[in-house]
Amino acid sequence: MSESSLKNGDQPRVAFAVRLKQWGEFAVEAVIRLMGLSTIGIVILILSFLLYEGAPLFWQVPLGSLLDTRWYPTFGYYGILPLILGSLFVTFLALVLAVPLGVITAVFVREVAPAWARDILKPLIEVLAGIPSVVLGFFGMRYISPIVREALGAPTGLTALTGALVLGYMALPTLISVAEDALDAVPKTYRDAGLAMGASRWQTIWRVTVPAARPGIVTAIMLGMGRAIGETMAVMMVTGNAARMPIELDAVMKPVRTMTATIAAEMGEVAKGSVHYRTLFGIGIILFIITFLINLAAASVMFKKRAGGGLR
Amino acid sequence: MPLVGSGASWLRSWVVLLAMLALAAGLVGCSPANSSTGAATAPAEAIENKGSDTLVNLALAWAEQYMQIEPNVRISVTGGGSGTGIAALINGTVDIANASRDIKHEEIEAARRNGIEPVEHIVSLDAIAVIVNPGNPVDRLTLQQISDIYTGQVTNWRELGGEDRPIVLLSRESNSGTYVYFLEEVIRMGEESDLLFATDTLLMPSSEGIIEEVRQNPNAIGYDGLGYVTSHVKVVAVARSAEEPYVMPSADTVNDDSYPIARPLYMYTDEDPSERVQTYLDWILTEGQVAVDDLGFVPLSD
Repeated sequence: MSESSLKNGDQPRVAFAVRLKQWGEFAVEAVIRLMGLSTIGIVILILSFLLYEGAPLFWQVPLGSLLDTRWYPTFGYYGILPLILGSLFVTFLALVLAVPLGVITAVFVREVAPAWARDILKPLIEVLAGIPSVVLGFFGMRYISPIVREALGAPTGLTALTGALVLGYMALPTLISVAEDALDAVPKTYRDAGLAMGASRWQTIWRVTVPAARPGIVTAIMLGMGRAIGETMAVMMVTGNAARMPIELDAVMKPVRTMTATIAAEMGEVAKGSVHYRTLFGIGIILFIITFLINLAAASVMFKKRAGGGLR
Repeated sequence: MPLVGSGASWLRSWVVLLAMLALAAGLVGCSPANSSTGAATAPAEAIENKGSDTLVNLALAWAEQYMQIEPNVRISVTGGGSGTGIAALINGTVDIANASRDIKHEEIEAARRNGIEPVEHIVSLDAIAVIVNPGNPVDRLTLQQISDIYTGQVTNWRELGGEDRPIVLLSRESNSGTYVYFLEEVIRMGEESDLLFATDTLLMPSSEGIIEEVRQNPNAIGYDGLGYVTSHVKVVAVARSAEEPYVMPSADTVNDDSYPIARPLYMYTDEDPSERVQTYLDWILTEGQVAVDDLGFVPLSD
C-alpha cells in the first residue's frame, strides 16, 4: 500500500522533472541559436549602417572623381585610388615578408623542433598576437623607421616598407598558428609512407607534409592577409600617410596612405553628413568588401578541403 | 536522487546563463546611456565640453582651475576632434564645443534644424611654429619659401642655403584645423589659389608624431602649435617677405602681429547659453587667460 502510493505520488513528479528538463534543453538550445543568429544579425546591421551612411556618396560624387588620384577631401578632391592601392600595396609587401617566414616557422615548430622546444615556442608565438598594435606602431616609429632611413638611404623612414615590416610581424602569429594546425592535421601515415619510400626527412617535409597541408596553409595566409589589411593604428604611425600613388619602382621607399588610416585619422574632425563624411563611409564599404572577399576565399579553400574528404 | 542531481546541475547552468544574459543586457543598456550622460542624468551644475584635440589640454587646465574656484560646478572635458565636438553641440549633448577651425556652413544648418544657433567665442591664439631638425643649418625662412617647400617646388635643402639633402614634408592630418589654416595662410599666402600640399607630404596623426620625426630625421620640416614644440627640434624664424625681419614665434610677437603664422582657437556654444556656461566663458576670457601662457598658447591681448 505504502509502496504503491509512493509510486503513484512519484509518477507525476518524474514526468514533471522530465518535462522540465526537456523544456530546459529547448530553452538552452533556443538561446544558443539566438546567439548564433545574432552574430549574423550584427554583421547585417553593420553592413546596412555602412550602406546607409556611405551609399549616398555614390550619387553625390561622380565615379570619375572618386577614381581620381588626388585625395584632398578638405578641398573637394575625393580620389580614393591612392588609398585603395596604398592598402593593397602595404598588405602585399607585408605578406611577401611574412609568408615565407611564417610557413618556415610553422614547419620548424611542428616538424623539426624537439618536443620541449615546441612547448616553449607555441605559447611564445601566441603571446606575439597579444602585443597591442599601438605598441608595435610606436616601436616601428621610434626604432625601425630610423633604421630604414639610414640603412636604405631613403629620405624618410616612414615608408611603405616600414609599414610592411610592422604589419608582417603582426600577421605572423596568426599565420604560424593556423599553418601549424594544418601541418598537425596531416596524418602520421603520410610521413611514415614518405620515409618508408626512402625519402629523407627534408624531402618528406617539402614533398609530402607541406603539400598535404597546403589548403590549411593557404587559409593561414588569407587570415594573415585579413589581419594585415584591417590593421589601423600601427600602420598610421609608420607609413607616413601621404596619399600618393604607389606605382613607381621605388614606391617601397616612399610613404603610403592606407584606407584604414584614412578613416581613423579623419573621422574625428569631419563634419557629420558632409560629402567627406560619406566618402569615409564609402571607403569603409570598400574595405568591408575586400575583407569579405578575403574571408570568402579562405572559407572556400577550407570547404573544398572538407568536400574532398581528405586533406588535399 | 540522480534525477534531483541532474535537475540541480541544469538549474545551475540555467542560473549561469541568466546571469550572463543579464550582464549582456546590462552592457548593452550601458552604452547608449554613456553617450548621452550630459543632458539627461547630470546634475544642474554640470558643464559638458568636447572637441578639438589641439585645445584639449588647455580646456582641461581651465576646467581644473575653475572647479577649484567654483566647487559646485562639474566640468567634463573630452577630446575627439573639432568635428566630434561640433557634432555633439548640434545634437545638444554638450554645452561647449572646442574647435581649432571655423564651424562649417553645413554644420550651422544642421544645428539650426535642431533649434541651436551656434555662437563663436575666440578663447586663445595659437602660434604655428615651423620646425626643423637641430642638425639642419637653415634657421630662417620667408613665407614664400615655406610655400614653395610645401607645394613641392623646392625639394632640396641646398636651395635654401642648407646641406645637399632631400626635403621631407611633414604635416598634420588633412582635416585638422592646423592643416587648413596652414594651407590657406601659408601655402596660399592668404590669397585665392589652387595651391595644395605636395602629394608627398607625410600626414602625421599627432603632433607628437611630427616632433618625433623632425627630432630624428635631418631631412624633415614640419609645423606645429607652439605649445607642442619641445627642445628636441629647432624652431625657424619666419619673415613675411625677404625685406621684412625674421621673427621667432612667441606670445609677444603674436600679439604685436610681427610673427605671421598664428590662428585663433574657438569655443562654440548655443547663442543663449545657460548662466553657468556664460559665467565659465567669461572667466576663461579674463582670469583663465593666465593658464593659456603656461601651456604654450598665446593669450588674447586686451
